[in-house]
Amino acid sequence: MTQHRRDLSRRRLLLGGAAIGAGTLLTACTSNEAEPTAAQTKAGDAGGGNSAPGKKVTIGFSAPAADHGWMAAITSNAKAQAAAYSDVELKSVEAGADAATQRAALATLLSQKPDVIVLLPHDGKELNAFGLEAMKAGVPVVNLDRAFPDALAYRTQIKGDNYGMGVSAGRYIGEQMKAKGVTNPIIGEIAGIDALELTQERSAGFRDELAVYGFKVANRRAAEFTADTGQREAAQLLQALPKLDALWNHDDDQGIGVLAAIKQANRTEFIMVGGAGAKAAIEAIQADNSVLKATVTYSPSMASSAISLARLIGQNKGMSDLVELQVPKEITLTSETITKENASAYLKLGF
Amino acid sequence: MTDSTATAVRKTPAQPDPEAGTSWWRGDGSESVRRNLGLLGVLVALVVIGIVTRPDLYGDSRWVSDNIFAILKLASVIGVVTVGMTFVIIGGGIDLSVGAIVALAGVWSTTLATQSFGAGGMIFTALTVGVGVGLVNGLLISYGRLVPFIATLAMLVAARGLAAEISNKQTQVSANDTINGIASTELLGIPMLVYLLAVVVVTGWVLLNRTTFGRRTVAVGGNPEAARLAGINVKLHTMLLYALSGLCGGIAAIMLTAQANSAQAAMANLYELDAIAAAIIGGTLLSGGRGTIVGSLLGVIIFATITNLFAINDLSVEAQNMVKGGIIVVAVLVQQFRFKSLTQLLHRNNKVTTTT
Repeated sequence: MTQHRRDLSRRRLLLGGAAIGAGTLLTACTSNEAEPTAAQTKAGDAGGGNSAPGKKVTIGFSAPAADHGWMAAITSNAKAQAAAYSDVELKSVEAGADAATQRAALATLLSQKPDVIVLLPHDGKELNAFGLEAMKAGVPVVNLDRAFPDALAYRTQIKGDNYGMGVSAGRYIGEQMKAKGVTNPIIGEIAGIDALELTQERSAGFRDELAVYGFKVANRRAAEFTADTGQREAAQLLQALPKLDALWNHDDDQGIGVLAAIKQANRTEFIMVGGAGAKAAIEAIQADNSVLKATVTYSPSMASSAISLARLIGQNKGMSDLVELQVPKEITLTSETITKENASAYLKLGF
Repeated sequence: MTDSTATAVRKTPAQPDPEAGTSWWRGDGSESVRRNLGLLGVLVALVVIGIVTRPDLYGDSRWVSDNIFAILKLASVIGVVTVGMTFVIIGGGIDLSVGAIVALAGVWSTTLATQSFGAGGMIFTALTVGVGVGLVNGLLISYGRLVPFIATLAMLVAARGLAAEISNKQTQVSANDTINGIASTELLGIPMLVYLLAVVVVTGWVLLNRTTFGRRTVAVGGNPEAARLAGINVKLHTMLLYALSGLCGGIAAIMLTAQANSAQAAMANLYELDAIAAAIIGGTLLSGGRGTIVGSLLGVIIFATITNLFAINDLSVEAQNMVKGGIIVVAVLVQQFRFKSLTQLLHRNNKVTTTT
């Protein structure tokens, strides 16, 4: 065998190996996914009282198809939390990519008569009628994150605070600018999908809080909650603002692309605040070697809380720390600000 | 009816033996040059709007050169996809799955198992997945006799589904510095992404204009039956065109992964429509048989310049999309008008030939 042939056959072997390596991905779990951390769920035996096994409860669960780290964490947290209770059976249905598919999936779920339904709707308005129908049929609905307009359409609602996220981000930036003595800062904003009410709420909170300091947004680009669109819009925003003092990016998953764009443009003169509290973002804040100095939380751990509440509703129990006999109607999480100082405490909640 | 005459006349350019000579398609060249000059005019107009609306930015020469590269980088990924799409459309087909191919190739090449093979493994995987999916499209269309629209629509859905499955519905972060470095590396002051775009565009141009493969593509798209009678293996050729589009999708996946330092199932959303739109405003005939790579490239750069123009003026993405939509409509209207006058001219010439 000549050297050339030997090289060729070795190359073929390598290429073949790579192809097989790629092929095995279909069967093996090889993605860069982090499993839900223990802190995002609460063990069934923790604390006693309410968590002690009780009446068996079947919980129906539906969330939109995950195409995004936060949504994926919602589903995996709900499943992990349900698995932590010996008295809970979770019936999960894929809600597909739009409201119509989710409605169809929920109709099937309702016909199986679960004790409680936990539901993250594509859009609360679009699934309000389903909420009413289920409640009328005697199945309590726990709305997760995207509120129904009709108060009769849900038994309990647990959601993040979108307006509050904007406020927290605005406050952090306002305080930082004040501390640095910047009186007229140039502030950029990379929003998520503009058609969603939650994006509008986040931007409104940000705008309102900046106004308290007498600041305003110099340039705002809407992306699509994905890393590639985040990169695209951030690259353009950086072109529009050759000098920047602060930047708020609504979403940490999108932020992977935003940070990549900042690195590619070699820009370091400003501070950046993220959104949602992804593990990678918290680690970057902790490492303190990029422009990302803080992120405001919108934790997918709310899915775990929703399952716990649904279980209590199913067992006709209240929340033992409260004086009330029943689970309250509405819970809104606060949006906290994660900085280098408190990052270690929040790292376990990162998704 | 005007429709049937238009179709009959449209087929005319492909009827001469595609192997015999190229004068008929070269004859079409002056029309392409005119069109490309028109597109350049649009581009200049957009730049002028930029200068007028943001004189502060355009006054800084360093910013201007940075901005030119920012626009070219923005155009690079979609530009590569558009080159493949232009071939498919000239060949009489359509590829609705390119965005999904970019996502699948990107996601597959960034999964941990593939990343462990290093940059070479990632590039190999992305290209293999791209070509592989393209070949499946081609097989379904050529030998399965599925309409291209249906076959590639099915692939769009399936490939995104597979991408979601492989990525475990999570954003796959690329930890490979070589891959990520493609987006930030410069050579002689020019970004690597721009070189990559240039290589793909030049290769595409040579392939279309200077090789038998290119002539056959035009022939197959213009009139498949005539092409078959001229001895071209139409089925095989069509299959290769989809493989080529898939290859471009694979290259684009690496570029986009490098830019975003990650890949996910929802990435490259609607790239197929951007690529089709760019090809159309670049003068590629949606019914096949005619188109230029330079026109498509100008189409992509025009779209990128609009995005840039809207960004530097802090105008919304929605308004930007409306303007893009308007430009597509105007471009097609102009194309129809021009093509009509051109075909009428050809028709008249044909008549003259037959009577003499």
